[in-house]
Amino acid sequence: MSKRIETTDLNVYYGDFRAVEDVTITIQPRAVTAFIGPSGCGKSTFLRTLNRMHEVIPGARVEGEVLLDGENLYGAGVDPVRVRRQVGMVFQRPNPFPTMSIKENVLAGIKLNFNRMPRNEQDELVERSLRSANLWEEVKNRLELPGSGLSGGQQQRLCIARAIAMAPEVLLMDEPCSALDPISTLAIEDLMSELKEKYTIVIVTHNMQQAARVSDTTAFFNIAGTGSPGRLIESGPTDKIFSTPDVKATEDYISGRFG
Amino acid sequence: MTTITHRLGSETLTAGRLPRATTPSVAVASIIIGYALAVLASGEGNIGLATLFAFVLFLVTIEIATRIVEGPRQAADRRAGNLIAGAFLLALVPLGSVTWVTVSKGLARFDAAFFSQSMRNVVGEGGGAIHAVYGTLYVTGMATLISVPIGLLTAVYLAEYGARNRLSKSITFFVDVMTGVPSIVAGLFAYALMGILVGPGTKSGFSGSIALSVLMIPVVVRACEELLRLVPNELREAAYALGVPKWLTIVRVVIPTAISGIISGIILSIARVIGETAPLLIAMGFTASMNNNVFANPMMTLPVFVYDSYAHPGTDVQPYLDRAWAGALTLILIVMILNLIGRLIARRFAPKTGR
Ligand SMILES: Nc1ncnc2c1ncn2[C@@H]1O[C@H](COP(=O)(O)OP(=O)(O)OP(=O)(O)O)[C@@H](O)[C@H]1O
Ligand SMILES: [Mg+2]
Repeated sequence: MSKRIETTDLNVYYGDFRAVEDVTITIQPRAVTAFIGPSGCGKSTFLRTLNRMHEVIPGARVEGEVLLDGENLYGAGVDPVRVRRQVGMVFQRPNPFPTMSIKENVLAGIKLNFNRMPRNEQDELVERSLRSANLWEEVKNRLELPGSGLSGGQQQRLCIARAIAMAPEVLLMDEPCSALDPISTLAIEDLMSELKEKYTIVIVTHNMQQAARVSDTTAFFNIAGTGSPGRLIESGPTDKIFSTPDVKATEDYISGRFG
Repeated sequence: MTTITHRLGSETLTAGRLPRATTPSVAVASIIIGYALAVLASGEGNIGLATLFAFVLFLVTIEIATRIVEGPRQAADRRAGNLIAGAFLLALVPLGSVTWVTVSKGLARFDAAFFSQSMRNVVGEGGGAIHAVYGTLYVTGMATLISVPIGLLTAVYLAEYGARNRLSKSITFFVDVMTGVPSIVAGLFAYALMGILVGPGTKSGFSGSIALSVLMIPVVVRACEELLRLVPNELREAAYALGVPKWLTIVRVVIPTAISGIISGIILSIARVIGETAPLLIAMGFTASMNNNVFANPMMTLPVFVYDSYAHPGTDVQPYLDRAWAGALTLILIVMILNLIGRLIARRFAPKTGR
């Protein structure tokens, strides 16, 4: 499990508007890669092209290549549904399915696809996923209750459990902690350090300390001004980006001297 | 630093309060004075005039009292509240009146015979409407069976696949046109369609169902489309991100999330057509007998039964009128029961939010 992602000259458009320009980056397997940058610079947009989620938005399209262990996600005959089974995603706002119980939410990826699974395997998968998401102890006695009855932080961890129950190769997280308290945030950061043993993890964050704490590689995105496309300014090992970045803008942004 | 230089209203945080008993006592006083005024003005106790006087008097008194004691904002609040309450009571008048008249006149024949006999070989007293009760259930049930799949699938196309393209715009346009079709035209359409498909002059419960479907489909489409659009996009994205194909996302996430509203919408659309008379007169004709076959021979429904009893009474008129009222009462009860069932189902399926 866990695959390498490489993009070359990736451009993303919303209709005529170019939101992301010429991004070339390599995302290492079994590591956490953090995307940082000011609001509106295209981090979410770029992240969503890594599992073809941007296609859900009418008018959004991509030029360029995204290679998942050498296989082009945008090649002819590639099925976006299969891509998303390998590249999971956790969203900024927790979105458990309101009609499902906690347990059903964890099994959602399997059940919604009509995959048969024996009961004991289901139970085992639910426990394993919830344990990896640091949620098991809190919910083990109310697995049959609705997932929307959990607190925001618990819901977010439920969504992570739901994503990892699919055993993806890559896990994309778009500001997963932005709605969470410091304790839940810490729980999720610990979780990321554990998960990177098995998965390729990409996280978008506005929290510099978080990027510094959890990531191995950091990529800084920026925009020249409103209406101009976002670009990848530089990426490299997190210690280097946070101590001696090559580009002045990166240093300014990280040290809070931005704008 | 900029400083805030202006401030609304006075410096105190408290404002005067009218005593709690103000509203009821002003109301009682207004009713008495309003009634007296009405007697003075028209010379007799005209209830409508009295109510109007009383309501205006009540509004004015409360407005002045609140303005003096509590201030203009509270006065506006009370004015709006009182006007809304007045509108609500006004809207209740026809409802209450219809219920009262139907119940009081319908109870005369609301008996066991009414629900166990048809009108076969009945002239004058006796007889019942069992054929019409069954007919109503058959015809409306069949119309629901036709309309719900068509309507729901159309709504799914419009909300999930159409993305405002040409086809979906024209569908929306024609659905809107269909909403405005007079019901008699729907009856003619069904009659003509069956005439072409089966043979001239064909009358059956099924052609009645087709007529009702023409009226029902646009209502179902509109209701379901709105509800599907209300489902948050985040849930669709959550499903897509788990590698669930679009059609499965719709069937297993979007529709279940909206199901309680969809059921209410369907019940409303049934209530909309269950009382139709004119199209069924054309498409199904009359009968006095029980007919359990939807696909052949005329069939009776309750509205047609009510109309028929009222329009074609025998020499002894009263039993026919009594049966007509009992039929109307039964129809109201059926709609009420449908609504209750709908609510129960909706509550059963509503997204769970409990902790
Ligand atoms: N659905 C959309 N349709 C059109 N333009 C969009 C859409 N979503 C985003 N954009 C535009 O694309 C650009 C990049 O947006 P994006 O959401 O990727 O920024 P971001 O870096 O994730 O910002 P934030 O940190 O605030 O989440 C912005 O200019 C935004 O206005
Ligand atoms: Mg974003």
